[in-house]
Amino acid sequence: MGEHHGPAKGIKRWLFATNHKDIGTLYLWFSFAMFFVGGLFAMVIRAELFQPGLQLVNPQFFNQMTTMHGLVMVFGAVMPAFVGLANWMIPMMIGAPDMALPRMNNLSFWLLPVAVILLVSTFFMEGGAPAFGWTFYAPLSTTYAPPSTTFFIFAVHILGASSIMGSINILATIINLRAPGMTYMKMPMFVWTWAITAFLLIAAMPVLAGVVTMMLMDIHFGTSFFSAAGGGDPVLFQHVFWFFGHPEVYIIILPAFGVISEIIPTFSRKPLFGYSSMVYATASIAFLSFIVWAHHMYTTGMPLAGELYFMYATMLIAVPTGVKVFNWVATMFGGALTFEAPMLFAVATVFLFSLGGFTGLMLAIAPIDFAYQESYFVVAHFHYTMVAGAIFSISGAIYFWLPKWTGKMYNETLAKLHFWIAFVGFNVTFFPQHFVGLAGMPRRTPDYALQFADFNMISSLGSFVYAIAQLIFLFVIIQTIRSGTKSSEEKTWDGANGLEWTIPSPAPFHTFSTPPTVK
Amino acid sequence: MTSTDNQSYYVPDSSPLAVSTSVAAGVLIAGIAVALNGMTFGDGGGAGWSISLVGLVLLTAVLFSWFRTTIVENRQRMASAQLKRSYVLGIQWFIFSEICFFAAFFGSLFYVRNLVGPWLGGEGTKMGGTNELLWQGFQFAWPMQITPQDAVGINNQMPANNGIYSGADQVMHWNGIPLINTLLLLSSSVTVHIAHHALKAGKKSGFNLWLAITLLLGFAFVGFQVLEYHEAYNELGLTLKSGIYGSTFFILTGFHGFHVCMGAIMLSVQWLRSIMKGDFTADDHFGFEAASWYWHFVDVVWVGLFLFVYIF
Repeated sequence: MGEHHGPAKGIKRWLFATNHKDIGTLYLWFSFAMFFVGGLFAMVIRAELFQPGLQLVNPQFFNQMTTMHGLVMVFGAVMPAFVGLANWMIPMMIGAPDMALPRMNNLSFWLLPVAVILLVSTFFMEGGAPAFGWTFYAPLSTTYAPPSTTFFIFAVHILGASSIMGSINILATIINLRAPGMTYMKMPMFVWTWAITAFLLIAAMPVLAGVVTMMLMDIHFGTSFFSAAGGGDPVLFQHVFWFFGHPEVYIIILPAFGVISEIIPTFSRKPLFGYSSMVYATASIAFLSFIVWAHHMYTTGMPLAGELYFMYATMLIAVPTGVKVFNWVATMFGGALTFEAPMLFAVATVFLFSLGGFTGLMLAIAPIDFAYQESYFVVAHFHYTMVAGAIFSISGAIYFWLPKWTGKMYNETLAKLHFWIAFVGFNVTFFPQHFVGLAGMPRRTPDYALQFADFNMISSLGSFVYAIAQLIFLFVIIQTIRSGTKSSEEKTWDGANGLEWTIPSPAPFHTFSTPPTVK
Repeated sequence: MTSTDNQSYYVPDSSPLAVSTSVAAGVLIAGIAVALNGMTFGDGGGAGWSISLVGLVLLTAVLFSWFRTTIVENRQRMASAQLKRSYVLGIQWFIFSEICFFAAFFGSLFYVRNLVGPWLGGEGTKMGGTNELLWQGFQFAWPMQITPQDAVGINNQMPANNGIYSGADQVMHWNGIPLINTLLLLSSSVTVHIAHHALKAGKKSGFNLWLAITLLLGFAFVGFQVLEYHEAYNELGLTLKSGIYGSTFFILTGFHGFHVCMGAIMLSVQWLRSIMKGDFTADDHFGFEAASWYWHFVDVVWVGLFLFVYIF
């Protein structure tokens, strides 16, 4: 056996990494890079929509931008960011030495660049990149798809393999490597939400692999899964896709819930209100996520009974989600609150995600959805959950744990500036999209009717402001790593609880060589 | 800190195995993509097949080296009881993910047979729906030997449809090769179980024998499936292009067959380890145990296939 003095030198440290902290760092930087790539695509979209008419790009390229923006953000930015946080934090939070299967952990990460190379290479192919939206509905993605779709399909396969391996690793770690005394109902909420997320990933990702495989067969081998001429059905694609897709949105948001369940008690200086109800609510949301998929498909001509079932089942999700929001607010109630940057992001997440939840409830109502379907209202809804829910909580998590990772304190003034610019920019971007959506502007369009011009211009301006905030974010992180003030105490935040705050900052390369005992 | 310190956890050294695996997998899959695109849209894709062959060789070599490393570590008693539990959890959740993969195809089959087919045949819609507008004269029956395209005639269908989906001449009956294959696979599940019990009782020769029988049954299954596909293509006119019946038939049986091959390879490796290297004892045989769980899983999937693809 080799020696465990510390990290290897140079590039080998990263290529051959088996250490959960190094792999977590790789995930986080990869995700950050993809965040800027996906953000660049978003800037092209908003620049084109700044005014009605076609100014900058042709419609085909615009559609490639919306498609790739969605795919890169979901699979390249948000999911890897949470896996990075899981890698860094879960072993430290449960008193484990590392992840359960360290070499497979490395494989999960290094498959991501392979997938992204396959995905981005499609831009340079004849017929261009996929332009059928991130949901890639058949037959746009089969009969009418560009040849580069084959590469897209394989990229999705590799991303799926990476996610499944990552999730198996996380579940094995949580089940098998908890320190003595760390019972399930003592685990930090972030660990709980990730355990449930990992389960969702292992169940949903193979279904995505199945549906892209059917696409592949339809394109290359003459099968007719999604062609009515052969007895198949394009709507079959939507059913299988959303059977993956709906759990997928909870895969993105549940770890975000976990993050804010760590941050809010810390800065309220109170334990989390209703811990066990939080666990049960998370599990309920996960269960419900598998039986509501067709609420994305109200206008496909489902039977009335189907519409009603999926409507009521979807509205049921508001109950456990309400439990969570109530618990966060109750945690803050009567607490000794301070508003450092992580807390600002966490509170903003609770507030803005609730708005996104309410618009979700509106969209859940089948007869109303007939009017909102495929409008900008939908775009506004899911950006309130995905950006204000997931990205805001990731930003908060990074400020929260950065001192633990680096042993240095970030610049609080700049971090607060980042928050306020992001908060204003985000709302200026997406709040007006509710109105243009309700007024009838369709999504995924490079041009629009004149009456939507003002709100779209506001929206584009807001998006540029939001982009500037992310540059500040990058600057703060680099500044902290290079020249941040020393912050070597174990407990960076005086209200913090949990095993990760009992070890030195920066966290040593190997955390627990023998298991700590949890009382 | 060195490994000889009071360390109850085993954390492996940094390792080039994973990153090599991902490079090899990337070469393999990029090659297949180039080849498929060449086949469907262009020049036949010869270069792609060569690239993917290189990728396959690389991947096989890297995985061989990876498993070899793990096995050697275990022989040197470096794998703690805790790490072994992690392996067990790993294979169990992996099998769960495989179940979900097949669930997607079974779900598609049920959806098509119970909802899509009848709707295409005009059921459940007040005005006759797409049947009236697009597929007049199509009547739904399963197995679907007359596709909607057959019913209206390929020249009379809406121009948006491309591709030729001509139904199979005959269906694949359950009482021929499929029945033989069911018996083969079910008995192989029993024999691998007997082998497991022999191993637990410390009877290595019994283990080697019953595992060998399992392998023979497994390879016989694959051989019969090749015959079945040959019959389907050459005598029944049942192909991938036979509409949704052919599509669901081949994707379910095809992926199952692929998994049987994987399982057989896994079990073969364990058999070779046992007879050549003397691996496995009554209380330390995770490699075999994992492969046998996988084999039982493949068997259960087959029972589902036999019921819903062949019989009903």
